[in-house]
Amino acid sequence: MSLVNYAAREITCKIVYYGPGRSGKTSNLHYVYNQVPGDRRGSMVSLATQTDRTLFFDFLPLDLGSISGFTTRLQLYTVPGQVYYATTRKLVLQGADGVVFVADSQRRQIDENVESMQDLHANLAEQGVDARNVPLVIQYNKQDLPRELTMDVPELDDVLNFRGVPFHAGDALRGTGVFETLRSISELVLRRLSGAAAPRVAVGQ
Amino acid sequence: MSVLLDGRFRFDNYVVGASNRLAVAAARAVAESPGASYNPLFIYSPSGLGKTHLIGAIGFAAKQLQPDLLVEYVPLDDFVDQLHLAISSGQAEAFKQRYQRVDLLLIDDVQFLTGRRETQSEMLRIFNALQGSGRQIIMASDRPPSEIADVDERLVTRLAGGLIVDIGLPEYETRVAILRNKCAEREMSFADGVLEELARMPCGSVRELQGALNRLAAHEALGERAVTPANVRAIVAAGRVTPDVGRAAPVATDEFAGFISDIAVAVAQHVEGWRVRLGQRIAHWQAAGYRTTMLERALAMNEEPDVDALDATFASGVSRLEQLEAQAVLLDPRLAGLDVFRDPQHIPDAEARVEQAIAAQNPPPGPWPAFTLETMIAGKSNQLALRAAEATIEAPGVRYNPLFVHGGPGVGKTHLVHAVGNALRRKAALSGPVACVSGSQFVDELIAALQDGTVDRWRARYRTAGALIVDDVHALAGKERSQDELFHLFNALHSAGKQVVLASDRPPSEIGELEARLRSRFDGGLVVAIQPPDRTLRESLYVRSLQDRAPDAEPGVAALLAELPVSGAAEVESVVDRVLHAARAAGGAVTLSLVRRELGAGGAATPVSSPAVADKSFLDAEKVVMEWPETDGRVIEELR
Repeated sequence: MSLVNYAAREITCKIVYYGPGRSGKTSNLHYVYNQVPGDRRGSMVSLATQTDRTLFFDFLPLDLGSISGFTTRLQLYTVPGQVYYATTRKLVLQGADGVVFVADSQRRQIDENVESMQDLHANLAEQGVDARNVPLVIQYNKQDLPRELTMDVPELDDVLNFRGVPFHAGDALRGTGVFETLRSISELVLRRLSGAAAPRVAVGQ
Repeated sequence: MSVLLDGRFRFDNYVVGASNRLAVAAARAVAESPGASYNPLFIYSPSGLGKTHLIGAIGFAAKQLQPDLLVEYVPLDDFVDQLHLAISSGQAEAFKQRYQRVDLLLIDDVQFLTGRRETQSEMLRIFNALQGSGRQIIMASDRPPSEIADVDERLVTRLAGGLIVDIGLPEYETRVAILRNKCAEREMSFADGVLEELARMPCGSVRELQGALNRLAAHEALGERAVTPANVRAIVAAGRVTPDVGRAAPVATDEFAGFISDIAVAVAQHVEGWRVRLGQRIAHWQAAGYRTTMLERALAMNEEPDVDALDATFASGVSRLEQLEAQAVLLDPRLAGLDVFRDPQHIPDAEARVEQAIAAQNPPPGPWPAFTLETMIAGKSNQLALRAAEATIEAPGVRYNPLFVHGGPGVGKTHLVHAVGNALRRKAALSGPVACVSGSQFVDELIAALQDGTVDRWRARYRTAGALIVDDVHALAGKERSQDELFHLFNALHSAGKQVVLASDRPPSEIGELEARLRSRFDGGLVVAIQPPDRTLRESLYVRSLQDRAPDAEPGVAALLAELPVSGAAEVESVVDRVLHAARAAGGAVTLSLVRRELGAGGAATPVSSPAVADKSFLDAEKVVMEWPETDGRVIEELR
């Protein structure tokens, strides 16, 4: 996937929301969708099961318009969190420019979070991608739940954020932290343009 | 075109009153002759009194009078936005250029210059450029230049340097006129006295007046109660106190807009400048229709190239292509816009296309159709040359390239090479016409081309040939420029695998004043001689000639004639001429005795029978060893 096409003056970023089932990835996209003016977003594609879980993936194309003369597009994807959709997860993850890990802050979900984080690393490794080079941001979602049920951010950070990547507390249903997360992953992705890692540049497609 | 200039705002729907007479007069003067009278024209008034209408009217009227005029309307805020965008995307220069081309620049809301230093300096520069070239600037503001806070002194003097006019509040009569105008425009009508009553009410601006009129119109449309002069004030006043219900609860902070602006900062920081510039150049050239593979390759590299140099190279390629295209279009209008003129990386292709066009327009001379191989009689003396010719025809450009045929005058060299040309012409595989030219013709053509300055076109005619035949190439001896041209032509064709056939009265080694580089190239193929015909061939030639011209000749005449050596087929014909002439003089047929008498009389001294030209190729210093070292003691066997 092309990140920057200087010839056509386009920037296209693929950002994948990753995380355990029911952690709120689709809610993140819904919130973004509702905030974006109609002419700037494509239709959100959701392939969901009858019980409203993401079966394949959600896809939300966003047109940020012309930024510094570049037509800038974000493509937001979510993976199905449930363990048994491993193949879909791998497919969706392919070619991602950045990953948002949406963690479920509920105390009883901590194992699922860890498992999903490991799954993310395993899938990246399988695609020959060094996880240390992939822009990653963590969102600790559902911080609005009663304190008795949830772990607080420092606690979660201790368990999940061993790499020390940017993180945000979130309440995706009401939108807290949603744009903060999107902003910080976008900036990480864009920083790679001039970063030490050779930029992936595509020309004249 | 800006909506402001689409004709909604015109002078004829602008109501002129005492309060705005001066402004309108100045505006008209400016519209009629932009740049000539008041430059810049600065119009100010409190908001809602018609500044924007007036400058829109100037733009529209000027455009009506001079449709070619480049008129640009820009509110200052847009100007600032464009400037920022241009700077962040590295297009500041293009931005400046864009505005410097404008003939009539209309800038609204100039008061927003306050505190914008960089915009001010940019504007100052644009102003200088525009005024310097006599273009018109018109500005509108809600206060006079001197009251716009925090503006560069120099800019203030520029703004104040032309004419400053203000628009005051319209008086009662003007207000009535405006209201009537608006009603007519919107096809509304009110009871008598309503508009007058409305005009009598105090109002701060025309916009307010219009708002009041709208309110009356809404009331009338609802039909709740008729609008009468008596209730005008009540209706309008009610409108003024009622809070605007249309406006929703406080607007939620626009998260998306904030997000976008942050992303814009990130993009500006992280996108590499040179790639942006190169990308722009690519976009520019692509828009112009050129293929930019060369630049795109540079874009894909990790190292920063010299973008300007790269672009300059590309631009020079483009201008060369433009030249070529123009040249081609002159020859054939259908060649306009051909793909081959769109890729600066493949200029030689474009050049070749132009050469083709030239050649198609004016093909090189071809072989004479009368000469064919079938009409050549083979004999011992020319069989080698004939075989070489056949091999050449079979595989042109492959076996003997060049084929150099030499021999004395009249032996049939010209016939042979033209015959080769005709045979090659029939070959489908040949990529172009067969050029067949004699050495002297070649020289003459070059001289003529030099005279007219059309050497390029002349050259191109031959370059596209599928095969080249030069007869009497010895005519080029001592002609340096012709040899030079032939050398390059030879190389071009030879390297493209095209057949070259040459004919001369002597082998290359004996052509005096022939450049060594040409000689060695001629020697590089096959040099083959045509000897004067031997007795058998002579007899065949006489038999054929007599068959055609004196079918009643006594048998044995041909054999008798053949006893006499001749230089070639040409001389055979002249001998037959002589014999026929003598026979006519004697009034009889061609008999053996007549021939014997005639030959005896002519004898060997007749000018017709010049001694045969011997093949001297064996005398070539390169081929013959004249001095043998240390022959002493060697046994030389004598064959008996």
